[in-house]
Amino acid sequence: MDKDLVIIGGGPAGLAAAVAAKEAGVNDLLILERDNKLGGILNQCIHNGFGLHTFKEELTGPEYAARFIVRAKELEIPYKLETMVVDISADGDAKIVTYMNREEGLVVVRAKAVILCMGCRERSRGALNIPGYRPAGIYTAGTAQRYVNIEGRMPGKEVVILGSGDIGLIMARRMTFEGAKVKLVAELMPYSGGLKRNIAQCLNDFDIPLLLSHTVVDIKGKERVEAVVIAEVDEKSKPIPGTEQEIKCDTLLLSCGLIPENELSNALGVEMNRVTNGPLVNESLETSVPGVFACGNVLHVHDLVDYVSEEATQAGKKAAEYLGKSEAVNAGGDKKIVIKAVDGVRYTVPSIIRLDHMEDRQVVRFRVGAVYKKVAIQVLAGDKEIMNLKKQALAPGEMEQVILRKSVLESIPDLSEVTVRVKTD
Amino acid sequence: MTETKEFTCIRCPLGCQVVATLEDGKIVSITGNTCPRGAEYVTNELTDPRRIVTSLVKVTGGSQPVASVKTASDIPKGKIFECLDALKSVELTAPVRIGDVVIPDVCGTGIDVIATSNIQ
Ligand SMILES: Cc1cc2nc3c(=O)[nH]c(=O)nc-3n(C[C@H](O)[C@H](O)[C@H](O)COP(=O)(O)OP(=O)(O)OC[C@H]3O[C@@H](n4cnc5c(N)ncnc54)[C@H](O)[C@@H]3O)c2cc1C
Ligand code: SF4
Repeated sequence: MDKDLVIIGGGPAGLAAAVAAKEAGVNDLLILERDNKLGGILNQCIHNGFGLHTFKEELTGPEYAARFIVRAKELEIPYKLETMVVDISADGDAKIVTYMNREEGLVVVRAKAVILCMGCRERSRGALNIPGYRPAGIYTAGTAQRYVNIEGRMPGKEVVILGSGDIGLIMARRMTFEGAKVKLVAELMPYSGGLKRNIAQCLNDFDIPLLLSHTVVDIKGKERVEAVVIAEVDEKSKPIPGTEQEIKCDTLLLSCGLIPENELSNALGVEMNRVTNGPLVNESLETSVPGVFACGNVLHVHDLVDYVSEEATQAGKKAAEYLGKSEAVNAGGDKKIVIKAVDGVRYTVPSIIRLDHMEDRQVVRFRVGAVYKKVAIQVLAGDKEIMNLKKQALAPGEMEQVILRKSVLESIPDLSEVTVRVKTD
Repeated sequence: MTETKEFTCIRCPLGCQVVATLEDGKIVSITGNTCPRGAEYVTNELTDPRRIVTSLVKVTGGSQPVASVKTASDIPKGKIFECLDALKSVELTAPVRIGDVVIPDVCGTGIDVIATSNIQ
């Protein structure tokens, strides 16, 4: 089978990318989704808080997804469900996408362009630093979310949550609503990895304690979890002897962060960013393999689906542009500007800007590595300051952005490097 | 007597820390909010705190055993668990469409509980 554009993953990123590409004139496209419905992780996020930016109203996950699914159906965008992509490789300019499903078996598609929208999965290995036996009753927060919200069954009655990522916070409230007793949330770091509003409305509202600088050091119980032992940790995250307390519970949820799902990107050999575990991309959200684009959680972990949709729309448009142009134009852009993330800024997306392909305004998203109060985000073009944004507070849990203007970058001769940093002085 | 109370505004993901200064229980100033909704939120928190409630109800004959629901707008915080109890006795039959009214005027709040997912 030949296709102009194949989109891998039918979550919010895949849907928005497909809609944008189709609207920009790409007719020969296909979404491949391994689940039995479109919408991705949003189907299990039944809480509200989605879409304030995009739709100016607060929707739940399934409602937000439905808006895009309706749009994709209006545009008659073809998709296949229960279809898993198992490999991508490059053959000259063509991308060879291999997928599998029950009706067709193994199928090979030759695509001119591909958009990677596989989302992310939860970190589970390494989250629990306890050797030995694992009784039943330990789940990642996202798995528990799927059990409760899709399958309608409760993992347990007395719950301790390790890690204060958003999924853990949301699940603290969800389990409370379903009649469970959530004893506490323990967070290894001295700050929470989740959004402040989720601490307020999911923990504080129900008097669930959040213990910062705490971790689980032991799990009691043979067949099933009977209790966990938590302890305070020092600056080096080492448990402090004498601070242990035993908490009776039958369930331990792990909410220790997300990692982009990039087995396929790795198989294809795209260059990866070691900080995000996602592909390195340029201004068009194109990876190091020409014609392969990435957006959403597969690129870098987002907390807000609105930004996922925005990013994916850009990827869809750029893929359409790529398909509409000759090779010479696509290869163009000798003038490469590298974006460097330093002094507290952990990474940026994109990390390369080709001036020839840049739009008038370029959104650059990033995260910081620690909590900062009363600082500034400084952007330097070469060694000239082009932006200085005062910030009351910055935290690793919240994605930040700056908007670069093409006219500004063009006005600086021989520009090869832009730096984004946290200015603390 | 002057006292200050701190809140995390939950009206948008920015989560501003908003500080209300009270004089004998009356609000005299509100600071820290990025937009007017923050002041409105804090005023409500001090007088009539409200929340949107999202949860599940049982469904029979559908592609999955539960359907997600929400209160169409925020209800008094003190009625959250009463509302959840009311949802426990509901059993829908598939198909369920987004926006279907699941419980009209839940617990006398004047607010409907509506479905938020499509179940075939
Ligand atoms: C638990 C949780 C709570 C969240 N809460 C909020 C919130 O309150 N507000 C908010 O704005 N945002 C929230 N988010 C963030 C937002 O939901 C995500 O950022 C968004 O869903 C990411 O979209 P995506 O399309 O990149 O990934 P996903 O939604 O994960 O979609 C990826 C899709 O790709 C498919 N896929 C993966 N690999 C393959 C393959 N090999 N072949 C075929 N298909 C494949 C998957 O099945 C999936 O459907 C939350 C996220 C999580 C995980
Ligand atoms: S004050 Fe305004 S900007 Fe700040 S969290 Fe509330 S709604 Fe958002």
